[in-house]
Amino acid sequence: MSNKEYDNTIICRCEDITRGELHRWIDQGVTNLEELKRLSRATMGPCQGRTCRQLILQEIAARTGVPISEAIIPSYRQPLRGVTLGAIADMKLDEEEKPHEK
Amino acid sequence: MKNKAEVVIIGGGVIGCSIAYHLAANGMKDVVVLEKEYLASGATGRCGAGVRQQWGTEMNCRLSSGSARDFENMNEELEYEGDIEFIQGGYLLVAYTEHQVEQFRKNVALQNSLGIKSKFLTPLEAQEIVPHLNIDPLLAATFHDKDGHANPFHVTQAYANAARRLGVQINTYTTVLGIKREGDKVTGVITDRGEISAPIVVNAAGGYADVVAKMAGVNVPTYSERHQILVTEPVEAMQGPMVMSFHHNTYCQQTPHGSFLMGLGENVEPSHEIRGSWQFLKEMSDKITEMLPPLRHLRIVRQWAGLYHMSPDKTPILGGTEELQGFQMAVGFSGHGFMIAPMTGRLMAANILGLDHKDKDILATLNIERFAKGELFVEPSVV
Ligand SMILES: Cc1cc2nc3c(=O)[nH]c(=O)nc-3n(C[C@H](O)[C@H](O)[C@H](O)COP(=O)(O)OP(=O)(O)OC[C@H]3O[C@@H](n4cnc5c(N)ncnc54)[C@H](O)[C@@H]3O)c2cc1C
Ligand code: FES
Repeated sequence: MSNKEYDNTIICRCEDITRGELHRWIDQGVTNLEELKRLSRATMGPCQGRTCRQLILQEIAARTGVPISEAIIPSYRQPLRGVTLGAIADMKLDEEEKPHEK
Repeated sequence: MKNKAEVVIIGGGVIGCSIAYHLAANGMKDVVVLEKEYLASGATGRCGAGVRQQWGTEMNCRLSSGSARDFENMNEELEYEGDIEFIQGGYLLVAYTEHQVEQFRKNVALQNSLGIKSKFLTPLEAQEIVPHLNIDPLLAATFHDKDGHANPFHVTQAYANAARRLGVQINTYTTVLGIKREGDKVTGVITDRGEISAPIVVNAAGGYADVVAKMAGVNVPTYSERHQILVTEPVEAMQGPMVMSFHHNTYCQQTPHGSFLMGLGENVEPSHEIRGSWQFLKEMSDKITEMLPPLRHLRIVRQWAGLYHMSPDKTPILGGTEELQGFQMAVGFSGHGFMIAPMTGRLMAANILGLDHKDKDILATLNIERFAKGELFVEPSVV
């Protein structure tokens, strides 16, 4: 693989983020996934990082030399799959039917 | 980590990072920022990111328009490698009661007198700007095309990177546990990674500013309140401006990414609680599908919450206190600290370094002593 191909490899498919872009952030000192995801949008797509999280953690580890086991890893957010604003607005809630507040 | 500095700033949100940058840019480079998690992990990274200049008092107009000028030039001024994504799509404020219409007329007159070119609009004119706005119950609106939003992570990172280049040390995952004082002077901080001695300590701890003030033995009349927000799937660009209703207590913008971001002011008890609730999803969906009906087809992707740190007059507290020398505060932003972070950084740096600034009179107005004197500052236009 040429250097260019290596850099242009897409690591996060949902958000279209390449290895080169991730490396630019990592080289600026953004070396934990919490910050990296918010600055680059990586892991924030429809799959919420299911596909790319592990790959990105590997990229950070390889680039910084800090093993994944020592990295600070963000909590996984459950996507609210599929519900539209309209569906919720149309819901009629009686006192008994109210879901539990968690 | 250094064990000694001229200035220690507690909090790596947009406020702490803006103050750090402006201190360093004015020659004070021996500055340490302490952040218990990562940068922008507090209110900053959870916020609605709106930047408006349509305010109801002269002081807020000055703070926000000075800051808007900074946002306009920020990528260049801070030599940022990324983009702060400042998009000036405008803010459309909508009025549903006669009382609001009266207030909006006064606000526009004030704003125009200060060079903010906002306009008073009829419902039909408002609909030209946001075609999917339900104008049935609407009486009037105001619009300012230079309002908009910016990306809070990138703004914070831009200040932090520029501050670091000038010599500021930023320590993330470092928690301040105590503040050291000798008599009525501050002498440093105690963290989970050791102590730092410093003659000046700045409280920029956002939703935990009350907790940090307590560590210093200083009384602040502020408290935290949960505010919730949600984001939808991205769709094609269809809404330029932020739409905000003081009547519904809501705001809604489409981000550059295409997703819609919307939030709501609820009546909640003071706390540091930031778990989301289903009641919010329901109330938000009810209100937004009434205001902007076509949004009913959008799918929700995530919801989250953050803390508003409230002051008794919903206006920030800036500067020092007679109670403790060397203890500086930038707290109590009451839900609009992101948009005035640039001016806050400038004014706090001027105050700490004893420099002149053309808007320095604002510091006197916003000093904590105003509460003891009963000189509360009242802003009529907040969500
Ligand atoms: C839902 C929501 C929507 C909002 N919408 C807008 C908007 O549209 N426009 C706008 O202008 N404003 C908005 N705001 C308000 C805005 O987010 C805040 O006013 C602003 O971000 C405050 O910045 P800050 O740096 O003071 O606080 P924060 O970002 O909270 O930063 C304080 C930092 O201090 C750290 N900290 C706390 N205690 C300690 C300790 N003991 N040791 C070390 N570190 C510590 C925290 O981890 C945190 O990162 C919104 C807020 C919320 C919650
Ligand atoms: S592949 Fe990265 S979020 Fe789905």
